Amino acid sequence: MKYRTFFAVLLIAALAFTGCAKEEKAAPVAAKPVFKVGLVTDLGGIDDKSFNQGTWEGVIRFGEENGLVKGTDYKYLQSGAEADYVPNLSTFADEKLDLIVAPGFLFANAMGEVAEKYPQQKLMIIDDSSVQKPNVVCAVFAEHEGSYLVGVATGLKAKADGKKVVGFIGGMQFPLIEKFQAGFEQGVKAVYPEAKILVDYAGDFGAPDKGQALAQKQFNAGAYIIFHAAGGTGNGMIKEAKERSEKGDVRWAIGVDKDQYSDGLYGDKSAVLTSMMKRVDVAAYEVAKMTLAGQFPGGQTLVFSLKNNGVGIPNENPNLSADIVASVNEYAKKIASGELVVSEIPAK
Amino acid sequence: MANRKLGDARKGDALLVPIVAVLLGFVVGSVVVMITGKSPLVMFNAMLQGLTGLNVARGSFNPRYIGELVIQAMPIILTALCFGFAARTGLFNIGAEGQLMIGSLAATTVALLVKAPAFIHIPLVLVAGMAAGALWGAIPGYLKARFNVHEVVVTIMLNYVALHMNNLLILNVFGSFDKVKTAPFPQSALLKDPWLESITNGSRLNWGFIPVLIAIVVYWFVIEKTTFGYGLRAVGYNKDAAKYAGMKVNRNIVLSMMIAGAFAGLAGAVITTGTFNFGRALSAAEGYGFDGMAVALVGSNQALGILLAGLLFGMLKAAGPLMQSNGIPKEIGGIIQASIVLFVAMKYGLERLIAMLRLRRDKASSLPVTGEEAGV
Amino acid sequence: MAFIIEMLNIVKDFPGIRANDDVTLQVEKGSIHALLGENGAGKSTLMSILFGLYSPDGGSIRIRGETVRISDPNVANELGIGMVHQHFKLVHNFTVTENIILGLEPKKGPVLDIKSAAVKVAELSKLYGLDVDPFAKIEDISVSMQQRVEILKMLYRDAEILIFDEPTAVLTPQEIHELMGIMRRLVEEGKTILLITHKLKEIKAVADTCTVLRRGKLIGTVPVAGTSEASMAEMMVGREVSFSVDKGPSHPGEVVLDIKDLCVKNAKGLLGVKNLSLSVREGEILGLCGIDGNGQTELIQALTGLAPIESGSVTVRGVDITDLPVKQRLDSGLGHIPEDRHRHGLVLDFRLDENMVIHSYGSEPFSRHGILDYGAIRKNAERLIDEFDVRSGRGADTKARSMSGGNQQKAILAREIDRSPIAFVIAQPTRGLDVGAIEYIHKRIVAERDKGKAILLASLELDEILDVSDRIAVIYGGEIVGVVDADKTDENELGLMMSGSVRKAG
Repeated sequence: MKYRTFFAVLLIAALAFTGCAKEEKAAPVAAKPVFKVGLVTDLGGIDDKSFNQGTWEGVIRFGEENGLVKGTDYKYLQSGAEADYVPNLSTFADEKLDLIVAPGFLFANAMGEVAEKYPQQKLMIIDDSSVQKPNVVCAVFAEHEGSYLVGVATGLKAKADGKKVVGFIGGMQFPLIEKFQAGFEQGVKAVYPEAKILVDYAGDFGAPDKGQALAQKQFNAGAYIIFHAAGGTGNGMIKEAKERSEKGDVRWAIGVDKDQYSDGLYGDKSAVLTSMMKRVDVAAYEVAKMTLAGQFPGGQTLVFSLKNNGVGIPNENPNLSADIVASVNEYAKKIASGELVVSEIPAK
Repeated sequence: MANRKLGDARKGDALLVPIVAVLLGFVVGSVVVMITGKSPLVMFNAMLQGLTGLNVARGSFNPRYIGELVIQAMPIILTALCFGFAARTGLFNIGAEGQLMIGSLAATTVALLVKAPAFIHIPLVLVAGMAAGALWGAIPGYLKARFNVHEVVVTIMLNYVALHMNNLLILNVFGSFDKVKTAPFPQSALLKDPWLESITNGSRLNWGFIPVLIAIVVYWFVIEKTTFGYGLRAVGYNKDAAKYAGMKVNRNIVLSMMIAGAFAGLAGAVITTGTFNFGRALSAAEGYGFDGMAVALVGSNQALGILLAGLLFGMLKAAGPLMQSNGIPKEIGGIIQASIVLFVAMKYGLERLIAMLRLRRDKASSLPVTGEEAGV
Repeated sequence: MAFIIEMLNIVKDFPGIRANDDVTLQVEKGSIHALLGENGAGKSTLMSILFGLYSPDGGSIRIRGETVRISDPNVANELGIGMVHQHFKLVHNFTVTENIILGLEPKKGPVLDIKSAAVKVAELSKLYGLDVDPFAKIEDISVSMQQRVEILKMLYRDAEILIFDEPTAVLTPQEIHELMGIMRRLVEEGKTILLITHKLKEIKAVADTCTVLRRGKLIGTVPVAGTSEASMAEMMVGREVSFSVDKGPSHPGEVVLDIKDLCVKNAKGLLGVKNLSLSVREGEILGLCGIDGNGQTELIQALTGLAPIESGSVTVRGVDITDLPVKQRLDSGLGHIPEDRHRHGLVLDFRLDENMVIHSYGSEPFSRHGILDYGAIRKNAERLIDEFDVRSGRGADTKARSMSGGNQQKAILAREIDRSPIAFVIAQPTRGLDVGAIEYIHKRIVAERDKGKAILLASLELDEILDVSDRIAVIYGGEIVGVVDADKTDENELGLMMSGSVRKAG
C-alpha cells in the first residue's frame, strides 16, 4: 500500500540522516577546557525573574569568565512538571556534566534520588540543606540577615516620614519564611522601637490576588511600607503599593530574592523602596568556580550570608536617601563581622 | 444525500487518519526546528532515543529512557482512558485532572495511615485512588443526570476544588517540616522496585504499568464486550434512541463518569506511589488531564489507540530533556503534540483529502464508480 | 418557445459516487416543471448546482440563452433564481415584512423604512393572491402562511425562476390545493417554477412537464398531460409499482390498546394532549391523522414512555402501563416504530447488527452474564436482513448511518416486528421514503394486522392513512375530533376535520 511505503521511506530517511549527524558532532570537541555545567530549572523558565533566572545568570557569568560555549558547555533544562525533575537531572548526569545545579527546595527529593543513582555526579541544590549526600553541595542563605537590613531601611524611612506602621507578608508560614519575618522585625525595632509591625501569611506563593488583598488590608490599617517573602503572591502587594502611590497616596513595597525595583515602576518612579536579595547567582557561580578548581565541597552545606555577599540590598537604591544607605551598610558590616547576631526565629 | 458519503470511511481508515496526523505533526515540528536554526535530525535522534534508548549519533544505548517513556506514558494513558470512557457515553469530561488529584490524595492517605504488608497495602492504595476518583467523577455525573447541569462546567470547577482540597490537606494534615510535601511513604505502599529500576539503568520504572495494562484491557472489554458497554455506547451516540430502547440513560451517565473517574484516580495513585514516594501540594494543575484528552483524541477513544497514542506522547515527553540538552527548545515537543491533535481534529478534512486523492487515483486508473460502491 | 433554464450534460462527482451523470434539464419560460426522483436520485444535487451551492464537474448552464457560471447563491439571486426551501428560514419573532426585507433593508437616510417595504409586500401579496398580512408576526401565523412568506421573499427580490423543494410536505390537503392555485397564478404572471417532489399526484395536478431522475441519471423528460401516474412512477423506480395497498377486510377482535382520558404536556409545558380516549382492537389498524403539531407526537411519546403522562390511563390487554418505564412497557407487549428514525429508531453510528438488538441485547442469546455474544447478534441480524430484504453495503457490518432511508426504516420494522408485540404504535413509517420502500412497508404493516396485532398508525400523509387504515381517528388541538371508517370517508372530509372545522363522532 502506498501510505505504508511512504511511512517506511520516512523512517529510513530519518535513520540515515541521524547516522550523518554523528560526524557533525565529532568536530568541535577538542579545543576548550573540558568543563560542563548544567542547570535544571523548576516549572518556571530561565526568564522567571527569580531563582531560575538568578541561578542561570550565575552560570553564565562562570561560563563566560572561563570561555565556555553556551549550549554545549553550559546549558539548562526546563521542567514541565514536578515529575520531570528526576529525568532532567538524570539526562544531564548521563551526559556526565561536571556540575549540575538545581534551584529550590522542591528539588530536594529528586536531588537525593539522583545523587544515589549517580554517585560520581557532582550536584548542587540551592536553598535547601536537607540533602545529605557526599556528592551534593547545598547552598542556603542567611535570609534573616538580609531581612534585618531591609528592616533597618524600613524603620528609618518610616521614622523620617513620620509613619508608625509597617507590614510583612509571607507566602506560607514555615521556618524558612519565618526567618524573613524575624530578621525584618529585628531590623525595624533596632532603629524605630515604637513602630508597629503587621504580619500576615497568604498560605500561597502563587496568588497575586491574595497578596493584593492582604496588602490592601495592611495599607488600610496604616502600613507605610510592606516587605514580602511570598514569591508571586508578593507581586500583588507591589501592584497595590504602585496603584496607591500613583494616586498620590504614597506607600512602599520591599522586594525579595532579587532586585524588584523594576516591578514597582510607575511613570519614572518605582514603589519598590529596596529589595532583600538572595544572591543565587553568587552561590551558583562560587560553587562552579570551586568545582573547576577541584575543590567541590561535596556533602557540605554552604551558607551564603552578608559575610560572603550572599544576601543584601541592591547596589543602587534610588528611593533610599544616602543617610539610610549609609546606616544600612553600617549594620551590614556589624553583622558580617559577627558583632551583631540576628535571630532566625520571630519573637512571640 | 450524496455528499454524506464523503465522510464515509473505508476499512483501515480509522488507523490512517491518526497516522497521517502524526506524520504531519512531525513535519510541522521539523519545520519549526529548522526555523530556529537547528537540524530536525537532532530532534529525530532525541525521539528515537526517547523511544528505544538508542542514541544513533553517539552509538550508545541507555535503557533508562525506555523506563522513563513508560513512566511518562502511564498517567496520560490512564487520564485518556478516563476521558475516552466518558466520551464513549457522550460526556465531555474535563475533570480527569481533578479526579486524578483526588485519587492521589486518597492514595496518600492510605499510604500514610494504613500499616499492612505490601501485598495488601499496594492494592489498597490503588483501590483507594480509584474509589476516590470514581466518587469525584460521580458528582458531575449525578448533577448531569439529575439536574441536566453541563458536565464541562462542573468538572472544570471541581478541578479547582480538588486542587485546593489536596493542598489544604497536604499542607495542614499531612505536611512535614516544609509543608509542601508529606513524609515519605512506607516501603509497603510503594510501586517502586529496585529490580525494575536496575534493568532500566536506574529509571523510575515501577510496577504501576501492571495496573495500567489491566486498565486498558478492562476499558476495551467493558466497552466492546459487555452489555453495560453496549448501553454506554448507545447512550453516547444517541441518548434518545437509548431512551426509546428502554435503557436507563441517567444511571448510565453516572456510572460512566464514575468509571472514568476511577481511571483518573488510578493515575493519581500510580503517580503518587510510583513516580514519587510522598504526597505533594501543587501550585497548579499539572496538565495530566489535558494530555489525556489529547491522547484520547488521537487514539480515537479506542483502547489500543489510546495505548499507542499514550506511548507516542510519552515518547515526546521523554525525549524532551534530550532535545533541550541539544539546544532544541522544550516547546517543540508541545508544538508537535498540539499539531497532531489539531490534525486529528481536522479528521473530516483529512478524510476528504484522502478521499480526493483516492478519487484522483481511481480516475487515473479509469475505473468507473459503480452504484454498489456508493452504498446505494 | 425559448428555454429560460438549460442545464446541459451536468456531471457532478462526489468521492465514491457520481451524483449527476450527464443530466440535461431544459425548462420553458412560464411553465411549471417538475423534477421527479427517489431520495438520492440527484434532484437536490442538481438544484444545488443551479442555486450555486455546488459547482459542476462537467456540463454547462444557460439562463435565458446565455452561458453563466453560478459560483454562489448571490449570483443565482442576481440571475433571478429563488428557492423556497423545505425548512423555512424565518425569524420567528419578526413580522412578515421584517423577514422579507432581511438583508436588503430599505432606508430613508439612516432610518429603516419599514412602511414603504410593507406597502410593496402588500402589493405583491395582492397581485399573486397570497393574502398575507405584512404586519403579522411569523410565530402567530400558520405553516402555510409561513410558506407564502418564503414565496414573497423571492418575489420581493424580483425572482423570475422559483424553485420549490418538496413544498407540500407540511400542508393539509386544503392548503395543498391553495398552494397549487398560487403556483398557477405565479406562472400566469410570467414566473417559471421548478417543483422538486416525489409525489406523483401533485405533478399530475399542477405541472406541465416532468423530468425524471434515477440514480443520478436522466431517465427522461415527458409532458405531464400525456403521461399516466403509473408510467411516471415506473420511470422513477425502474419497475412497475402498485399504488393501492393490497389488503383484505379486517377482522377486529377485542380491545388491546386502551387509552382513557389521557393528558400529556408538550415541550412548552401546556397540555399537548387533552383528555384523549382511543381504543385499538386486535386485528385492526387505527389511523391517526392530523396536521403536524396537533398532539400526535405527544400522544405517541406518552404511550411509549418517552414523555410522562399527566393524567389518564393506558392499558395493553388489561395491563396498566401508565406509569411503567419504557423497558417494562415493551415487555408488556408494546411495539413502537418511532416517527424520527434517526433520533429514536437507530443509533446511526452502530453497526446494523448492533442496532438490531437495541432492545434485547441484555437477554439471551445475545448476552450471557453481561457479556455480549457477537456471534448470536450477528446471526440475528443476518436472519432479519434476509427476511426483510434490508439492503446495505456490508450487510450486518454496515454502519446504520451509511444506509438509505428506506433500508433504515426496513431495519427498524424488522427489529420491531421480530419482537412480536401485541400492540403496535407506528409513527410516520414512510416519511421521506421512495415508492418502492413505501409499498413494502405498507404490505408488512397489513401483514401484522392480519396476524392479529392491534396497530395505531400515525401519519401526516393522508394517502397513507386512507390506504392502510381500517378506522381513522382525527386529532386536532390535542383532542380527537372524530373517528371514521376508512372506506366511508375521503380526503375532503378528513381535511375539514383536521383543520378543526368539523367534528364527527365515530
